[in-house]
Formats: sequence, structure tokens, C-alpha cells
Amino acid sequence: MKILIKGGRLVDPGQGTDAKLDILLSGNIVEKIDKNIPEKGAGMKVIDAAGHIVAPGLIDVHAHLREPGYEYKETIRTGTMAAARGGFTSVVCMANTDPVNDNKSVTEYIVKMAKLEGSCRVLPCGAISKGLKGEELSDIGEMYEAGIVALSDDGKSVKNTGLLRKAFEYALLFSIPVISHCEDDTLSGGFVHEGAASVKSGLDAVPSIAEEVIVLRDIAVARYVNAPVHLTHISTQGSLEAIAAAKRQYKKATCDTCPHYFSLTDEATLGFDTNTKVNPPLRSQRDADAVKEALRDNTVDIIATDHAPHEFTSKDVEFNLATFGISGFETAFALSLALVHEGVLTLKELLGKFTINPAGLLNIPYGTLAPGSAADLIIFNPAIEWTVDAAQFLSKGRNTPFNGWKLKGKNLLTIADGKIVYRDPLLKKA
Amino acid sequence: MNWDKKDLLGIKELSKEEILLVLDTAESFKDISKREIKKVPTLRGKTVITLFYEPSTRTRTSFEIAAKRLSADTINISSSTSSSVKGETLKDTARNLESMRPDAIVIRHSMPGAPHMLARILDSSVINGGDGAHEHPTQALLDLFTIREKKGRIDGLKVVIIGDIAHSRVARSNFFTLRHFDTEIVCSGPPTMIPPDIESLGVRTERDMNKAVKGADVIMMLRIQKERGGISFIPSVKEYATLYGLRKEHIEKAKKDVIIMHPGPMNRGIEIADEVADGPYSVILDQVENGLAVRMAILYLLIGREA
Repeated sequence: MKILIKGGRLVDPGQGTDAKLDILLSGNIVEKIDKNIPEKGAGMKVIDAAGHIVAPGLIDVHAHLREPGYEYKETIRTGTMAAARGGFTSVVCMANTDPVNDNKSVTEYIVKMAKLEGSCRVLPCGAISKGLKGEELSDIGEMYEAGIVALSDDGKSVKNTGLLRKAFEYALLFSIPVISHCEDDTLSGGFVHEGAASVKSGLDAVPSIAEEVIVLRDIAVARYVNAPVHLTHISTQGSLEAIAAAKRQYKKATCDTCPHYFSLTDEATLGFDTNTKVNPPLRSQRDADAVKEALRDNTVDIIATDHAPHEFTSKDVEFNLATFGISGFETAFALSLALVHEGVLTLKELLGKFTINPAGLLNIPYGTLAPGSAADLIIFNPAIEWTVDAAQFLSKGRNTPFNGWKLKGKNLLTIADGKIVYRDPLLKKA
Repeated sequence: MNWDKKDLLGIKELSKEEILLVLDTAESFKDISKREIKKVPTLRGKTVITLFYEPSTRTRTSFEIAAKRLSADTINISSSTSSSVKGETLKDTARNLESMRPDAIVIRHSMPGAPHMLARILDSSVINGGDGAHEHPTQALLDLFTIREKKGRIDGLKVVIIGDIAHSRVARSNFFTLRHFDTEIVCSGPPTMIPPDIESLGVRTERDMNKAVKGADVIMMLRIQKERGGISFIPSVKEYATLYGLRKEHIEKAKKDVIIMHPGPMNRGIEIADEVADGPYSVILDQVENGLAVRMAILYLLIGREA
């Protein structure tokens, strides 16, 4: 089947394109990009994108789909539906499932379920260590054969630096990146950022150095073995200064942040709303400003969601007892468009952090609409205002601190692998 | 000045006028406890539940006597007798209690924000009787009442709070009352027990206790919060007692009419020497007495007046 997307403004940082162009998809491939592609041939579906922006499908390098094991929080089916609504056509799912994705049978299960029920592409991330215990390497080569695109013990840092070194070295064999969750748990152990808000709330706090010391360690280790290191959900000014300094000398260090780290601060935790409980914690205004600046100067390469859906009851308890995490797929892109509205980034720069940059990190052939590439695209309108209503989320996780927020910018259509997987009622029928 | 809050969750949310209203109301209740018949009918027909998930002698007893002297019926639930040991959540416990239509629930809990959670879901008035290291509003109000009573003023005083500041809800709530007045607030304690950013609360830090107490009008001593891991922040209790235990030599550096306060329970020989705790400057037992009047005032303001 052919799909013709007519009249939109195509913004594709991978090709350096920003122009009014039509796109013709043939099956799951981009066939052609041109001005005024004529509608002809039976069975050609035409989508009118006039007044909207067409971009490559977004890639999320950090999400939790919870399956297998925590299907009451999210499934591959509901998670990818939510991702598709948010504009994502490829998502990397972290290994902290039950059982942990530390062997090929779990990887194969995820890949199979994604094929059967997924609305978008699911790219599994394998655990660095067996059971995420930080003691011995997981079955990296076998998982690679089964389809993992990266390695991470996300949820915690690999405490054993010797093992971490081995992971960096071993991953070189498959050219997959190690994604570092940076947290020294002898310094953390709290629930909110240590700063002016925690002094008021009395909640046990996590200092910024808990993240920063591991950022410095992981860069040093990766650099020593000349391996790529990707530092995920970076939240502090100190981390960003360290990463900026490292990048000047070592090109294989990259990092991402998440929308909540530039959209909210620790002030939001003062009301004890458990939806503001996330790891790393919401930081100070100074940190949030530093994150924006680092997005602007490209210290931060990628915006990830850290989509962490949870069942209601795990958040409907005392703050200390509540689970960490934010259900992020359905708000991440709109929250990030605020960076464009505020003039921090151009639209092309922002899209780069959601498309070609994550594709480059993962060595995957997506994130661009160059002819011949995968038919993964979105149509969105950066000017449409809407109100976040968690009750309407497609994700099972309604845990968001952004409920009720008015956001500007809305995804209207998602095509993943040539199939329309999300269509907003606001996109008029052609 | 009118009181329009359903709950007393913390001092943070109170205005200066509301704080003074509590103090003035407490003045009028203080006298009741000195009468032969220590009871007035103000809260007749009202029910007050104290729900304590942490041990307490003073606060729970004080609330219970305060409620009883106002003729309310009181029920005490402590964690060992509650369903929490059977795995019931705080939310469910609270909703079950609410079904029995109490007018006020006083809660003490080890976790900051627990009273706030209850206040959101319950129609009853919720009173924070101490939530983790967050707030202990009635303690700060009775402290302020005592300071005003003994000093005749609050403005212009130097108040020094010494000890485990990081883990102390009493310190926080006192900072939040005192910042409304023209007071010099100084905190002192081991650097590991003073959280970063404490200055953002309008507090000055002086690590050396000998310097901190110079010219003080009020010295408030805190205990080490063992239940919040306080011991791991210092090399030894003995060393702590040497560096931050209040002795006569410190009193001599303070103002001549300094008052010594302690929220209790005291650890004699650690943060406070016997000679000071029982000495002429100590107002520690006055604090307890005033606590009764302040809690009567709070109960009256929250549930004692018809809407």
C-alpha cells in the first residue's frame, strides 16, 4: 500500500531538510520526497498535512514497558500505544523486568510480543549484569543475536567498577553502547533532591553528587577502554559540566535528559504529590536552567522519556513508600516543544535530539526520512494547545505530575513501519 | 482574625496572624487547667482520635488531656494496636476511622507528608502531631507561646537551636514560626547534622556551640534522632556530649535572663546536663504545661466553633 502525505512542512534533521515537501511511502519504505507528488494509482491513501509539520518518527532511548512480569503496570501493547500517541516509532525498553532481560529467552519474548502486539518498534536493552545484581556479566552475545541494541543496568549503577570495565570492553564486540544510570547508592537513598525544598519538607534527600561521582567514574572507565558511554537521565548542573568537559576530549561520551528535568523543579515536591517522585529526583531551578543550557549547546544529545508507568496503588501511599517514576510517553514531546516556543532550541535542533541523535547512538537505520529508509513518521502541529488528562492516557500508568497542564504542540499522526498506528481526531480526513 | 483552615498540617502554611491567633486563644485556655474543676463543655459531643505510628508520651497525652478538658471524647490508637501490623495501609486505616465520624484526627507518623495525605482524603480535621523530619506544628506553637510568656516579646530576641537539626521536625517548625518575627535565629550542631541550604529558611549556622550561645535569649536543645539514623552522623555519643551538650559554662555566655528549652524527651548527660535541665533558667516543664493550652486552642479553632 502507498501513503502520500501532502502539503506538510518536512523537517528532517538527518537530511538537513526544512521545506514544504510531499512524501510518498510505499509499504514500509520511504519511496520518494518531492514537491507536489501527484495522487495517482488505485489504493493510494492520501493524508493532508497542510499547515502541519512532518518529521521522522521519534526514537526514545529510555523507557520501561514492564513486560514481562509487571503487566499490571504496563504491557508492550499499552506501552507502545502510548508511545505511538506521543510520536515515538522506536522505543528502547529497559531490562528491569521480571525476569530480568539478561538472557536471550527474555529478549526473544519481548521481540515476539512486540511483533504480535506492538504499535511501534521495540528495541530491547539487555542487562549488563545477571539479575541486575552487578556481580557477573549477562549473556550479552546471545542477547545481541536476539535483538538488543544497548546494555544497561538501569535502575541502579554497576557498583563493581571492575565489572563495569568488562561490560564496556565486551560491548565493543557488538558495537552497542552501554547506557549508564548514574547513582552512587551510598550517597542516595532518599526520595527528593537535597536542597532548599528538602530542607522544608524534611523528606530524605538525594544530593546531586550521588549522580555526579558516577558520571565522572563511568566516563573515566569508558575512556580508558575507548568505548562509547551514554549517560542517561542526567539531571544536575555538575553532571553537565563534567560531561561538557569530557566531550571536548572524548567524542564517544553522550548523554540524555528527560522533559521533567527542564519542566519542573524540586519545588513541585513540597505538596508531597507522589507523582513528583522520580529517580533521579526533580532538581533545583539552577539545575533545570543548566539542563536547558546544555540542550542548547549540545552537551545533551538526546531527550529521552524514562517512561516509568506504575499502578495507581503504588503511588497512592505515603511519599516515602511510593514508587519512583513518571509515565512520560504521552507528554514528552509536547513538553519539549516548549523549548522551541521559549527559543532555547530551533525546531530542527529539537527534532535532532529525538531522531537522528538517538539513531546514531544505537547504530540503527531510523530517525530519518531519506528515500529508502523506514516509513516511520509523524505529523504534528506545534501551535495546537491541549490539556493533559491522565485519565485519558493510553498507557496504563497515569502517574504524571503534568496532569492538568496546558501544553502547546500536539502529535496528530504516527506511522510506524508503514502502518498508521495513531491518528488524532484533530487531523482532518483528506 | 478568623481561622478558616480545616487542618493543622504545618507552620509553613500559617500566616503570622494565624500563629498569633493560636497563641492568644491559648492564653484564654491556660487558666482552665488551674481550676478545681478542670473541664469546660466547649467540645461536648465531639470525638478526637489520636493515631500514633511513632512512640510518644508528651504529645499524645497532651492532646488527650486537652481534648478531655474541653469535654471531647478521645480514642487513642498506637501503631502496635492498629491494623498496620496486619498490613492495612494508612489510607485504609484513616478511611475506616472516618466512617466512625470523628471530628479530628491527630496523627503522628515517621514519614513526612503522611498527615497531608490524610487531609486530602478525609473530611475530619487532621492535626499533624509530628511527621518524620518535616513538622511538629503544635510543638513550635507551644514553644513560641512559652517564649512570649517568659520574655514578654518575640521580636528582638536571639534564639539558638542546638543539635540534630537535619532530622528535627521541631527545629523546622520553630524556624517557620520565628521567621515571621524580628528574631535572630541561629542553629548549631555537628556539620553532618546541619543540612545544606538551611540558610534558605532564614537561619544562620554557627558550628561552634560556644560562639552560638553568646548573647542568646533563648537556647533550645534537641536530642539526637536515633530513630532517624542520627547516631551514624557522629563518631560517638560521648564526643557529641562534649561538643554539643549544654552545660553551665554555656549559660554564662548567654544573656543573664536566658531561658533553656527542650521539646523532650531529654537525654540527660548527652545534650543537656542535669544542672541545666533542673536549673533556674530551665522552662522545660513550662513548655509541657503550655502545650496543653496550645492544643486546647488548636482543637477549639479547628472543631470547636460552629460553621
